[in-house]
Amino acid sequence: MTMLDETPLLSVTGLSRYYGERVGCRDISFEVYPGEVLAIVGESGSGKTTLLNCISTRLEPSAGCVSYRMRDGESRDLYRMSEAERRLLMRTDWGFVHQNPADGLRMTVSAGANVGERLMAVGERHYGRIRDTATHWLSRVEIAADRIDDQPRAFSGGMRQRLQIARNLVTGPRLVFMDEPTGGLDVSVQARLLDLLRGLVNDLGLAAIVVTHDLAVARLLSHRMIVMKDGRVVEEGLTDRVLDDPQAPYTQLLVSSILQV
Amino acid sequence: MPDPVNRDAIAVRASSLSKSFCMHLQGGLELPVVEGASFEVRAGECVVLGGPSGAGKSSILKMLYGNYAASSGEILIRHGDAMVDLAAASPRLVLAIRRETLGYVSQFLRTVPRVAAVDVVAEPLVARGIDAGTARERAGLTLERLNLPQRLWQLPPATFSGGEQQRVNIARGFITDHPVLLLDEPTASLDAANRRVVIEMIAEKKAQGVAQIGIFHDEEVREAVADRIIDVRGFAPAHAA
Repeated sequence: MTMLDETPLLSVTGLSRYYGERVGCRDISFEVYPGEVLAIVGESGSGKTTLLNCISTRLEPSAGCVSYRMRDGESRDLYRMSEAERRLLMRTDWGFVHQNPADGLRMTVSAGANVGERLMAVGERHYGRIRDTATHWLSRVEIAADRIDDQPRAFSGGMRQRLQIARNLVTGPRLVFMDEPTGGLDVSVQARLLDLLRGLVNDLGLAAIVVTHDLAVARLLSHRMIVMKDGRVVEEGLTDRVLDDPQAPYTQLLVSSILQV
Repeated sequence: MPDPVNRDAIAVRASSLSKSFCMHLQGGLELPVVEGASFEVRAGECVVLGGPSGAGKSSILKMLYGNYAASSGEILIRHGDAMVDLAAASPRLVLAIRRETLGYVSQFLRTVPRVAAVDVVAEPLVARGIDAGTARERAGLTLERLNLPQRLWQLPPATFSGGEQQRVNIARGFITDHPVLLLDEPTASLDAANRRVVIEMIAEKKAQGVAQIGIFHDEEVREAVADRIIDVRGFAPAHAA
C-alpha cells in the first residue's frame, strides 16, 4: 500500500524575491515529490516566472531557502552550493524547457548535435553511441531520423519545441522546469506537444514544475497546482479540485474566464 | 479474489458532511448545497443516491472523490488497512487513494488529444504498475464486452458519439479492482443492450466485494443495482432556496 514517506525532491521555504521596492514573489513555500507534476499558474506579472527562476538557480532569491535532494539522497541548499556544483546539477539532473526554443537550443548546429551536446557534457565521448542516442530521442519526440543533420533554424515552431524537449531529457534528468512550454504554438501543435509531454513524464517518472497561464495545460499535465497573484500564492491543491471547486476569489475569476468551445 | 469478502466491513463512512459554495464573483454569496450528510457503505454493497435534480447528489459524489472540497465533516475511506479521512487528506494522499482505492466513472469523458481509446481505458492499470501489453489486452476485452466496435479502439475518443465516449469511460472505470467505485450516471446515454452490460458489471463488482455509490436517473437500472437508496433530501440545507 502507499506509504507517503518519501522525502521531497525539491523543497522551497519562505522564498521571496524583491526588485528594489517591488515584489517579484513573496513568502512562497511548497514541495515537489519524485514523479509529481506541479503547475504554477497566474497571469503575467503574477510572479510565476520570478519564482521559477529562483527555484532553478537562475535568479538569486532575496530571502528563503530552496533545497534539492541529490542522487546520493542528501538534501542540499541550492544557494549554498558552489557555482560549479550548481552547473553540474543543471547539466545532469535537471532540464529547463524555455517558452522560446531559441533560448534553449543552439540554432546553428544540427539537431543531432543539439541533443548530443548534453550527452557530451555528462562525459559521453563515443561518437556512434551519441548519434544512436540522439536518433532515438529524436524519434521519441516525433522528429524523423532524416532531419538529424538539419539545423533547428529549418524547423517549424512545434518541431523546435520538441527538439528542445529531447535535448533536455537525453541525460535522464529527475526534475524538469518548463516555462510556458506550449506558449506561442498553434492549437493543434499544442495538443500534440501536450500529449507528448504527458506521455514522457508518465513513462520516465519525471518530476516537473510547469509555469503556465493556460489552465487547460495545467489540467492536462499536472497533479497539483499553485495559483499566484501579485507575487503570492492565493490557492493551492489537487489540480481538479482547484479547477472544479476554486476557493479563492482570484481563482474563481480565472476559472470563470475560460472560453468554452 | 485473494481474500474472502467481509461484508460487514465499512468501506466508506461520511459524517456530518456539508458543502457550501462561496461565490466571490457574486459579492460573496453563500450557496449551501448539502448539510449534515451522514451515511455508511459496506463492502459489496451498491448504494444509490436518490432525490430530484439539484438536491445535491452530484455534489456529494464529487466530495467523495475529493473533486469538491467539503466545507465541513469527515469522509472516512478504507485505504489499505486504515480508515483515512479523504476530506482532510493532502493532495498527494488523495491521489494515492484514487490510484489504489477509489475509482470514478463520470458521465462525461475528458478526452486527452491523440490518445487512442484502448490506451485511455488501459491507463489506470498502467498507473498501477501493470505492463502496457497486459493492460491493453484487458482494455480490449472490456471494450469488446461493451460492444465498442474494434475499428474505434485505436482512435482518440474525442470524435466519438456520446454513447461511445461513455462506454470508453465505463470501461476505464471498471477495469481496475478498486475496492470503492463512484458511479455518476454511467448509463445516461446508453442503449438498452449496453445498459444491461453495465448492470451485469455492477453485479460482478458487488460479488467481488466492491463498495459502490452511484447516481442513476434510469429507474430500470436503479431497481436492478440498488441494495439501498439514500434520499439526499434528508441532507438539504435548512435555508436553501
